[in-house]
Amino acid sequence: MNDLIEIRWHGRGGQGAKTASLLLADAAFNTGKYIQGFPEYGPERMGAPITAYNRISNTPITIHSNIYEPDYVVVVDDTLLEAVDVTAGLKSTGAIVINTTKSPDYLKKVLKGYSGDIYTIDAREISMQTLGRYFPNTPMLAAIVKVSNIMNDEDFIKDMEGSFKHKFAKKPEVIAGNMEAIKMALNKVQKI
Amino acid sequence: MSIRERLSGNEAAATAMKQINPDVVAAFPITPSTEIPQYFSTFVSNGLVDTEFVAVESEHSAMSACIGAEAAGARAMTATSANGLSLMWEMIYIASSLRLPIVLSLVNRAVSGPLNIHNDHSDAMGVRDAGWIMLFSENNQEAYDNLLMAHRIAENENVLLPLMVCQDGFITSHSIENIELEEDSEVKKFVGEYHPKHYLLNDKEPIAVGPLDVQSYLFEHKAQQAEAMKAAKDVILQVAKDFENWTGRHYGLFEEYMLDDSEVAIVCMNSTAGTAKSVINDLRKKGIKAGLLKIRVYRPFPYEEVANALSNQKAVAVLDKADSLNGMGSALFEDVTSSMYVAGKHVPMVNYVYGIGGRDTTSKDIESVYNDLIEVAKSGKIDNPYRYLGLRREEN
Repeated sequence: MNDLIEIRWHGRGGQGAKTASLLLADAAFNTGKYIQGFPEYGPERMGAPITAYNRISNTPITIHSNIYEPDYVVVVDDTLLEAVDVTAGLKSTGAIVINTTKSPDYLKKVLKGYSGDIYTIDAREISMQTLGRYFPNTPMLAAIVKVSNIMNDEDFIKDMEGSFKHKFAKKPEVIAGNMEAIKMALNKVQKI
Repeated sequence: MSIRERLSGNEAAATAMKQINPDVVAAFPITPSTEIPQYFSTFVSNGLVDTEFVAVESEHSAMSACIGAEAAGARAMTATSANGLSLMWEMIYIASSLRLPIVLSLVNRAVSGPLNIHNDHSDAMGVRDAGWIMLFSENNQEAYDNLLMAHRIAENENVLLPLMVCQDGFITSHSIENIELEEDSEVKKFVGEYHPKHYLLNDKEPIAVGPLDVQSYLFEHKAQQAEAMKAAKDVILQVAKDFENWTGRHYGLFEEYMLDDSEVAIVCMNSTAGTAKSVINDLRKKGIKAGLLKIRVYRPFPYEEVANALSNQKAVAVLDKADSLNGMGSALFEDVTSSMYVAGKHVPMVNYVYGIGGRDTTSKDIESVYNDLIEVAKSGKIDNPYRYLGLRREEN
């Protein structure tokens, strides 16, 4: 892992991009890293575009600004691709991970010739299969962990079990589905 | 043994309050400090503290309740931001003039209007002359540590002044970051119990609190407040020393970052200091001697120490996250330049108003300030000392 990894999340209010960024921070923290997880707060409402950020480092992080040249971008909702400049500042050595079923040709076109790696995952399908409802953030969290190689699958799965037990202490019935979503997403994220 | 954790700035402040376990917390929610009383109220409900939590109907009442509690002899805390502090205004002065060591967690936010919920320091700057000790915090760790030190400072019998711990709204209050926490029992031991010398509910010593203070007395009482503020400086340093012996974390009146051999330096407060450190690390690799002076103790203002620390710079920029709208420089710039003048130190200095209403302050912004300073140092000329950083302008 590079000394500092910077990740930008694009989602819509209510889809859990902020929660996913905080869970990612948690998971990386548990592997001994220095972390930041923070959303960019605007006039939030359901469905509006939102941005969240992560910094993950082996050394203490002092910088306190938004991220303009991320190593990775996660797009939780592909309707944002034509509304937001999601690859703005994204390093060509990095990658973008998109929740979509759209064709590679379409994606290359809307990403305006982004020369880094493009990964896709159908988080809707995974979420519907494992949870019976559309919560894209859990599969997207697994996808970015896989793509960025912040930690190995085994450590991540173990850590998420602990996190979910804590997070869903009052509704333990959703833990198994979320774990299934994680495992499925780790296998299904693919480079185009 | 410190505990490795990850918390937001608001969680850190609430955790400190839980460990301090004050007698009374009175608060009214306002973004971005809302989470502090929210978390604290759950601590009360879950029996983790035995605090009397007063859910008041306004910030004016929050501060009033804290005043009543402290006057009665209790230890009281609250939290607020921006217009919440504005609504406390009347009681802020009463708290300090009655010499009540209330501790306030201020999560800095722009004061309306127009309405803006994001970070700048206009709320804190509005009460800079109100007789409160003001500590600023770069991150969640400092917000936590400053709160753990707060009561020892405020309640010291040579001080007896209220104290506010500031941190940047959203930027640190809502960012999850690593933090070192201390054990509950250790905190309890460090903070100690509060035994005021004089208090309203002492039936062995009937006293009046806050009666009429006419021409023959108010002046002397104000001078005593000013003396207490001066005395606070040594107490702050003594408490910091004890704190360092306990936790290993060092605090002074301000932090110097690569300032001993720097030629160009920035003075600022709160989270921007962290971004400046990261920029300095990059500039040093290019051979540029950049430095930082991060103010921790803003009131009392350490004028002698600041002047001394900046005296060898070739150019200095003071960054103000509040515009004083006075036709000249903003508050921190005035304090620093005045300190330099009184100490007879002449260093070219410029003022930047920045980050207003949550405008993001980037590494590039900070780097541009150092580049400007290098020019000032070279030419010795300052065409305009009163500048903006990150202001969007119309293209010509």
